[in-house]
Amino acid sequence: MKIFVCIKQVPDTETKIKISSDNQSIDSTGVKWVMNPYDEYAVEEAIKLKESKPGAQVHAITLGPKARAGEVLRTALAMGADEGILIDAPASLDSTATAKALAAAITKEGDASLVFTGKLAIDDNQSAVSQMIAEFLNIPHTTVVSKFTYGPEAITVERDIEGGAKEVVQMVAPAVVGANKGLNMPRYASLPGIMKAKKKVLKEYSLEALGVSADNKTKTLSLSLPADKPAVKLLSGDSQQQVTALVQLLRDEAKVL
Amino acid sequence: MGKILVFTEYSHGHLKRSAQELLTAARSSGQTVAALAVGSQSATITEELKKYGAQEIHLLKDAQFDQYNPELFTAAICDVVQKSQATAILASASSTGKDLFPRVGARLNSGVLSDCTELRFSGDNIEVTRPLFSGKCFAKATFDISPVKIVLMRANQLPVSESPAASTQTTEHSFSKPDLKTVIKEIVRGTSEKLDLTEANIIVSGGRGLKEAANFKLLNDLADVLGATVGASRAVVDAGWCSHGMQVGQTGKTVAPSLYIAVGVSGAIQHVAGMSGSKVIVAINNDPNAPIFQKATYGIVGDLFDVVPKLTEEFKKVMK
Ligand SMILES: Cc1cc2nc3c(=O)[nH]c(=O)nc-3n(C[C@H](O)[C@H](O)[C@H](O)COP(=O)(O)OP(=O)(O)OC[C@H]3O[C@@H](n4cnc5c(N)ncnc54)[C@H](O)[C@@H]3O)c2cc1C
Repeated sequence: MKIFVCIKQVPDTETKIKISSDNQSIDSTGVKWVMNPYDEYAVEEAIKLKESKPGAQVHAITLGPKARAGEVLRTALAMGADEGILIDAPASLDSTATAKALAAAITKEGDASLVFTGKLAIDDNQSAVSQMIAEFLNIPHTTVVSKFTYGPEAITVERDIEGGAKEVVQMVAPAVVGANKGLNMPRYASLPGIMKAKKKVLKEYSLEALGVSADNKTKTLSLSLPADKPAVKLLSGDSQQQVTALVQLLRDEAKVL
Repeated sequence: MGKILVFTEYSHGHLKRSAQELLTAARSSGQTVAALAVGSQSATITEELKKYGAQEIHLLKDAQFDQYNPELFTAAICDVVQKSQATAILASASSTGKDLFPRVGARLNSGVLSDCTELRFSGDNIEVTRPLFSGKCFAKATFDISPVKIVLMRANQLPVSESPAASTQTTEHSFSKPDLKTVIKEIVRGTSEKLDLTEANIIVSGGRGLKEAANFKLLNDLADVLGATVGASRAVVDAGWCSHGMQVGQTGKTVAPSLYIAVGVSGAIQHVAGMSGSKVIVAINNDPNAPIFQKATYGIVGDLFDVVPKLTEEFKKVMK
């Protein structure tokens, strides 16, 4: 059984975002790169499935600039993935182009039984690539998955939807599963795991080798930082006075009631 | 001239506010406004679609569309796009919209801009603003050569107004069920009848300052008076006090209500990432140095167990 997991390297959630002088990308100096948090759930679920299927292998794939993106594969290897595959491509690739390249690599590797992804990359906030990979591979998908069960006939997943409701979905494998928080508790990489991962050779593809162009369907015009908020208005007096003042301000000044 | 197909969601026989927003926006484009509604109840909203200016209405009325299925919906919607010759799709960045339209986009070899907060039409193209890095940065983005331009808008971002079209043409499409590899077995209803956090206009959010799960009753009472939805910080979700569906922040939901009341929430960068787009933020915290006060519009430094019940009573007086 061949299990694929697509992961992305993103700035750590603590990162203070700065914009570079071209106004089209973020300034990456000093940025600490980590695995996209939702992808950690995807990697964990892939490894859990592998552990329950003798002979199964987990292939972690990432797309990103070669100069840095391999590191995220080492993290997945250290957690227990068997192979790391890097697609060397600029960070500016849009969702459609990214999904095409990932799907092409999975097709090239062949025999996917299952593809795990995170439900969303916290950097570009698109939540699109998982579904697009499924479409390009012509297989079913479910995203925002918080429960996964593998059965011989079908896989059963729970998908979180609005209002705290869940859909119970069955799919015929191979399928793409987009992981949500709650799916599992991602393991920490063990020290021996980290040592072993350092030595592993990563497989590499260029976009040309995959027959995919870097043509984007969408483009970024400019980036900006949110406007500074005016300083907070702290309310004074005893708690009853504060509360009365607050309700008045919300009604008469902010007009949100 | 282009044609914009608006995917209109409805519930209980009425258009959702997000659909009203999208139709209002589509009208401002000067392009043909076509509305698509699906499901056996879709014919009940055609009058509303007309009121908001739909010049064409496309219906997929078959009962198979009562339940969202990504494979089925992708196939049927691509069919409607082709038949109607739409050049753009506007949809809500709802659970369904976010799951469905990337797949539609891939099938149409087109670009998708998801979770947008602003929308402008320039000629035949569309420009959007979208938050990146959970709102720590905003991108203005547009389409390059894309056969169909697909934009998913966050709810509660755009104004709504009615303006009926001079005439409306309604088309019912039939679609025979393709072979599906996806089956929706069951929907497990949530416990809440309230609007989802992502659609709510007012949110009352609680953090570790509430001390224990039972104290969320204070927030539920406050939310009931305001017609608000209750949210939570990750700390209390991880502690098991609240379900994950209630989490606001970088690894929870991104919300943008008119009013966000943060109670006993410190305002960690990952929490703020999910709610900084709120129009007005109120912070109630007993630590004057809590980072949440840097994001808040109004703040009360005080003990939430004292302040919140008084606030609930005060709102009762004005919300009548
Ligand atoms: C990768 C990653 C992702 C994360 N994603 C998220 C996310 O999506 N959402 C999120 O919320 N967090 C997220 N976090 C966690 C975040 O860093 C914080 O730990 C969390 O938000 C803190 O929750 P809190 O504000 O409830 O608790 P605390 O930080 O403990 O704050 C409690 C607050 O309550 C106040 N308080 C205590 N008693 C009272 C009282 N009686 N009256 C009034 N105030 C009182 C205190 O002064 C304090 O400010 C993430 C962290 C990481 C590393």
